[in-house]
Order: sequence, then C-alpha cells, then structure tokens
Amino acid sequence: MSQVVIRNANKKYGDVHAVKDVNLQIRDKEFMVFVGPSGCGKTTTLRMVAGLEAITSGDILIGDKVVNDLPPMDRDIAMVFQNYALYPHMSVYDNMAFGLKMRKFEKAEIKRRVDRAAAILDIGQLLARKPRQLSGGQRQRVALGRAIVRDPKVFLFDEPLSNLDAKLRVQMRVELKKLHERLGTTAIYVTHDQVEAMTLGDRVVVMKDGWVQQVGEPLDLYNKPANKFVAGFIGSPAMNFANVTVTEANGSVVAENKGLKIKLPDEVAQRVRAHSSRDITLGIRPEDLTVAGPSDSPDLTFDAAVEVLEQLGSEIIVDTRVGDAMIVASVEPTTKVKLHDTLRLAMRPSRLHVFDQKTEAAI
Amino acid sequence: MIEGALWRKWVFFYIPLTLFLIFLLFPFYWMIITSFRPDGELYRPWNSVNYNPFWTWKPTLEHVHYLLEETLFGAWLWNTTFIALVSTLISITCGVFAGYALSRLNFPFAGSLGTGIFITYLVPQTLLFIPLAEIIRNYHLGDTPWSLILTYPTFLIPFCTWLMMGYFKAVPKELEECARIDGASRWQAMIYIIIPVAIPGILSAGIFAFTLSWNEFIYALVFLSSPAQKTVPVGVTSELIRGDVFFWGALMAGALFGSIPVAVAYSFFVEHYVSGLTGSVKG
Repeated sequence: MSQVVIRNANKKYGDVHAVKDVNLQIRDKEFMVFVGPSGCGKTTTLRMVAGLEAITSGDILIGDKVVNDLPPMDRDIAMVFQNYALYPHMSVYDNMAFGLKMRKFEKAEIKRRVDRAAAILDIGQLLARKPRQLSGGQRQRVALGRAIVRDPKVFLFDEPLSNLDAKLRVQMRVELKKLHERLGTTAIYVTHDQVEAMTLGDRVVVMKDGWVQQVGEPLDLYNKPANKFVAGFIGSPAMNFANVTVTEANGSVVAENKGLKIKLPDEVAQRVRAHSSRDITLGIRPEDLTVAGPSDSPDLTFDAAVEVLEQLGSEIIVDTRVGDAMIVASVEPTTKVKLHDTLRLAMRPSRLHVFDQKTEAAI
Repeated sequence: MIEGALWRKWVFFYIPLTLFLIFLLFPFYWMIITSFRPDGELYRPWNSVNYNPFWTWKPTLEHVHYLLEETLFGAWLWNTTFIALVSTLISITCGVFAGYALSRLNFPFAGSLGTGIFITYLVPQTLLFIPLAEIIRNYHLGDTPWSLILTYPTFLIPFCTWLMMGYFKAVPKELEECARIDGASRWQAMIYIIIPVAIPGILSAGIFAFTLSWNEFIYALVFLSSPAQKTVPVGVTSELIRGDVFFWGALMAGALFGSIPVAVAYSFFVEHYVSGLTGSVKG
C-alpha cells in the first residue's frame, strides 16, 4: 500500500499562509494532479510531501507511516523537477544510477535497473552522454528514468513538462500516461495547465490561495464545478459568466441583466428558488452555446454582437458583446458569421451553471 | 562583431585592439628586452649614436646568470611557490565551506554575515600589517614561511568566500534537492553534486588567490627579514636595488621569471576560469 494522506496540513512562511488546512487522500496507484494558478500552494504542498519543506502543522502519511519528520531520503519517493535538475557533471547512466549508489545497491543490480529504465524510456543509446549533449525532450526522459530506477512508493512531478515546446509537451503527456499505466506507481503531479490536469489525472485537486477548491475526477470538475473559480479555471476557452438578478413571473424564474433576459429551465429554477439570494451569476461554457435555430426555445436565446472571430478550422471562437458583458461562443466551423454581425445564440439548458454572486459557490 | 564596410572594421575594431594590445604588452616586452640587454647598452644615454632603446643586437645571458648564481633567486622562487600554494589551499577549503553555508543554509543573519566578511576584505593591508606584526612576533613566527601562510588567508578567505557564495547561488537549488531525494545526506549532496558542479568557480577562486599571494608585497616585506626566507617580489626588489643602484638587467630577469608561473597557471586553466567568471551552470 502506498497511499499518501495529507491531514490538516498548513504551511506558513512568516506572515504568509501558503497552504491552508489541506486534507487529501491520494489512493494507492492513483495519478493525482494538483492544479491552480501560480502562488496557489500546489508546489508547496508537493514539496511538503517530498520533505523539502517542513510542515507548520498537520500530518503527512506515506503508506501508513507518518513522515512529518523524515528527511527526503527516507521517504522512498522520487521527484521530477521542472528544470530536470540533471547532474551536469555526470553521464546519463551515472545520473540514473546515483540514487541507487547512494542506497548501496550492488553494481550488477544497478546496471540491470538502469538498463531496464533506459529500455522503457527508449534512451539506451544516450547512456554515455552528458546532460548538456541532450535535447529538452531527452533530458526530460532522463529525469523520468532517474525517478523510475529506484522503484519508489510515490512519484512526485513538479511541472515536468513546462520547459518543453508545445508539440513535445503533448507527446510527453501521452508517454507519461502510458508510463503510469505500466508501472502503476502512486503519483502526484503539479501543473498550472488545466489541459494537462484533465488529461493526466485520475483525480484532480484545484487549489487557489492555499485552499483546496475542489477534488474530483476531471469530468466531475468540468460538469459540476463547486464554485465559480473552478468553473472558470477548468475548460478552454473559459466559461462565460453573467451577473443577473432573478425574479419570479408567471410561475417561472427569469434571470435578467442589461443585455440578457432568459427564463431558467425548471431544474435550475428549483435550485435558485431554494437559494436565499436573488443576485446570482450564470455560467455557460463557450461549447454549450450554439447559433439559435427555429427549434430553440426563445426562453434561452439572446442577441450577441460579434466583435472578434477566431477561425481554428475545427471550430470558430466568437467573442461577442451582450449588454455590458463579453460572451465567448465556440460554434460550428460551417457557421456563416461575419464581424459586427448580430448573432442569436442559444444555450443548452442542461449545461447552465448558477453561482451565488457573493460566495461564488455553486447553487 | 561590427557589421558593414571593411574600413569600419578597421577603425572601430582592429586599430583600437592593436593600440590596446600595445598598451598592455609593452611593459612585458620592455621587461624581456631589458633582461637580455648588456649593461653597456642599458646605462648608455638615450640620445647616443646608434642607440635603439627597443632592440638589442648583442643579447646576453649575463643578468640571468647573475640572478641565478649570485642571488638566492631559487630559494625565493621556492618560498613563494610553497607559501602561495599552502595559503591558497587553506583559503579555498575555508572559502568553499563558508560560501556554501552562507548561500545555502538558512540561518539568521546569513546575509549580513556575508556582507561583513566582504567588508573585512576591504580593510587595507597597509593598516592591518601593524597589529598582525604584533601577533606574528608574539607567536615567534617572524622570518618563517608560516608568518605569511597564516596571514595571507586573512584577505584570501573573505575573497574566496565571497566568490564561492556567488557561484553556489548560481547552482540550481533543485540539483541538491534532487540529490537529497535520491538518498544523499546534505553532506553527500555537497561532496558528490554541488562541489563537482562548482569546480570552475573553485578553480577561478584558486587562481585569483594564488596570484594575490604570489604578488603580495607588504606582509612579505614586513614579516621576513633574512634573504633566504624572502619571496620573489621582496627578494628581487630588496636584494637587487642596493641603495640607489638599480641592477636593471637582473631585476627585470627576476620579474620575468617571477611572472612565468602565474602566466602558466592562467593559461592552463583559462577555459575553466572564464566559465567560472561567467557562472555558467547548465543542466
């Protein structure tokens, strides 16, 4: 069993409270991703698990053992750093063998393990080279190799793909996923890129300002964000928000602001009725907006003035003005739309999100 | 490099470069030519007939013979080498550890301590030699190599510490963290990872320290008195200038042979030395 449990963990640097009451259970063999904007505490949390930062209060368990006071070397973890941190004066082989040498493995065993890791990562022909003779992608592989030779209980990844170019990043992402399937080692992965989080994670932790905002499977975060922050952070282009006031009229709930007047679908209306505040925020993802056709109910459509068009080939991203707000829609590539047109957009009723304006929590 | 027409290259690059080289190298040329010029030419007035101050047609080894046979130059050379090597070694060792501690271990006042160490380097030796002379006398170290081996680190250690601090700061913190996760203790991480990576920095600090102690004059002049104990800079100037008589040929020969070891040290390590100064650590 190599689960990782973080219990009421806090980290303070003087007056700065970087990590606040984090409670997480990372299950055995799980690939857990920490995601959030910079300064949200995700890397600090990872470094606390690694033992590179002391925890101010709380507990961290690896397996069933409390590791609060264990130095990094005794935690049986391996970490991949953003800048790879390859030892520049050692060959690739020695880089990978270093951890085993430090742990007094026999020479033959070291060779066997390094060769095996090199075969998995397809870097067998690079073993004699120095890190400076490698490309970015190759360095990344060596850094991974150095982590897997030790066969640790937990892998820790600190933004390992951020230094690669876009194409290589996608390729390495796929390889990481394959590698995890093959090895099945518990992994914690820190990134600020929500696409990486969605594609790699078995579960994802969204953090902001040191607080955990939501923990869940990628699609749960996408479909049922716990608050406005998670809703805006997950998904690209980001979710549209509109502050509206709700009123009751003729048995239905109407949400209204300067440029928008829509009748909320029954299921949403019920939730809003039960909620105390009348000032709410509507959220709708760009991909849940379509150009309104004759079959769309007028209750859920609105006029939008097109201000920017982004042709991506597979879709068109349309930036429109609705009242005071900018609304982004992602529409079919075949849609006939021109700059400064007025477009009638319809929202998918089941995909409408509502949040409290003050607390920003989902209703 | 300067782009454009050829004349621009000459005016802005080659001509200034040539002037600069002449300015830099002329003293060395003068030193060499004087070492091999017979006394008859050296002491002739500058406006005498058939006199060319920049060249000699009758090179001679008489000054070199005089320097090597009539003075204790060999002993001076040995003294200087021994003193410079040992004090450099002491200073580098202390400087590496102190620099590592000041740049990597978070302890209270690490920053101000670093500045403090640098300030001690700025205290002029012309002030410091007076109290140091008292100490040397009390410990009966006067006129021995140890009087210099123990005093040179007073300015070499701050210098090496400061240089190494800067170098260690440029070594990514992750290297050490990674080593510690890989199973190394702090000490092992320093020995196996940080110090090997810092070799260019250590070499340049070493060359600097070696040059500083090789050329040091005031302490050597004050603390050493018998001719056999002297270092090259002091020996040459005190034994080859007698009263107001300058033995120019032998003086210059002494200066020439005294600067060769430093030149060799520089040229031997020049590559490391440059990368040490520019602090390039690439992962």
